[in-house]
Amino acid sequence: LSEKNEPEWLSEEVKTGTTILAIEFDGGVVLGSDSRVSAGASVVNRVMNKLSQLHDKIYCALSGSAADAQTIAEVVNYQLDVHSMEIGEDPQVRSAATLVRNISYKYKEELSAHLIVAGWDRRKGGQVYATLNGLLTRQPFAVGGSGSSYVYGFVDAEYRKGMSKEECQKFVVSTLSLAMNRDGSSGGVAYLVTIDEHCTEEKVILGNDLPTFYDQ
Amino acid sequence: MEKRCLDAQFKGVSTGVSKYNALNHHFYVSSKTINKVIQVHDRIFCCMAGSLADAQAVLKTAKFHLSFHSVQMESSPQVIAAASVLKELCYKNKDELQAGFITAGWDRKKGPQIYVVSLGGMLIKQEVTIGGSGSTYIYGYVDAKYRPNMSREECLQFATNALALAMGRDNVSGGVAHLVVITESGAEHTVVPGDKLPKFHDE
Repeated sequence: LSEKNEPEWLSEEVKTGTTILAIEFDGGVVLGSDSRVSAGASVVNRVMNKLSQLHDKIYCALSGSAADAQTIAEVVNYQLDVHSMEIGEDPQVRSAATLVRNISYKYKEELSAHLIVAGWDRRKGGQVYATLNGLLTRQPFAVGGSGSSYVYGFVDAEYRKGMSKEECQKFVVSTLSLAMNRDGSSGGVAYLVTIDEHCTEEKVILGNDLPTFYDQ
Repeated sequence: MEKRCLDAQFKGVSTGVSKYNALNHHFYVSSKTINKVIQVHDRIFCCMAGSLADAQAVLKTAKFHLSFHSVQMESSPQVIAAASVLKELCYKNKDELQAGFITAGWDRKKGPQIYVVSLGGMLIKQEVTIGGSGSTYIYGYVDAKYRPNMSREECLQFATNALALAMGRDNVSGGVAHLVVITESGAEHTVVPGDKLPKFHDE
């Protein structure tokens, strides 16, 4: 007689399987993510926004264990508020990334989440930081999550320095669409956040509005 | 033992493979220039993936069966015949073997064709296909860049770019790239050393 009469999604860990990416352009950044949350083979949320706000002009993209990633984002959000009150001005993107990195590194055995931190500040403009496993590195663009493996080739080929804001947005949407097509743990809709000096714009692109490729 | 295969169909077939031979998990490179594109008949080539020892043994047997078959039929074998021979061997011995193949070629009946024989012995026909450990990194690139009915030069460029991108990301793919173009008039094999491959933004 089998012990497991409960549905598998009650016992499987909830992961944001995911494809996330962030890219900087001159004057800002664009972040993108898919919206699928899976527990084993079940999709438990098909419209989750994985782009979490850390401060007015700093966002982070979540991947890995949903609980771990969300908690890190919430804790850093609080720490950033305190920090920005202490210094009396808006925090730098690097500060936010450092706070995320400190938690990821200190608790690296217990946590399994990877956050990409991106935003705009007055000193250095648009910046993207990767914090995988507790490292901190600034990159022109960063991809993460299970779906990212399938699009390394595409982003390597398509990325060029000096792209405009619109080209970056198009690049992010195409990359997300390709990854969502191939990765079983990524799917749903695409969320986009564009941050520059003047505004922070959040956008959703529904499934049927995503670009399609030759086999679709 | 890990590798990368890519086939794209134009009016002939271009087959690209990149070379690295690394023993299981210790990442010792035993050779940087192994050719994993083997000719099984005049206009039929096979790319190997998985355990190279298994793949070589299977291909040797398949070559024999195929040449016998072509003598019996008194004509060149069809590409699907070569693929089927591989499939039978892989499926019947699936418990012992760990090898997959991409069979590509040209025959008079159906022109250029590409068949994939996966690890367990599934056989399917495709227009474009990739395989091996490095292939995961270029699914996005291939999906985005492949268009049906490309010309020979476009296909070659596409295959070379895809191989270069995969070799750039996969630690067990690399060395040189072998490219074979198969058309009605025959097969041409070129080798592109690593430093002559296209470079992308981060190199």
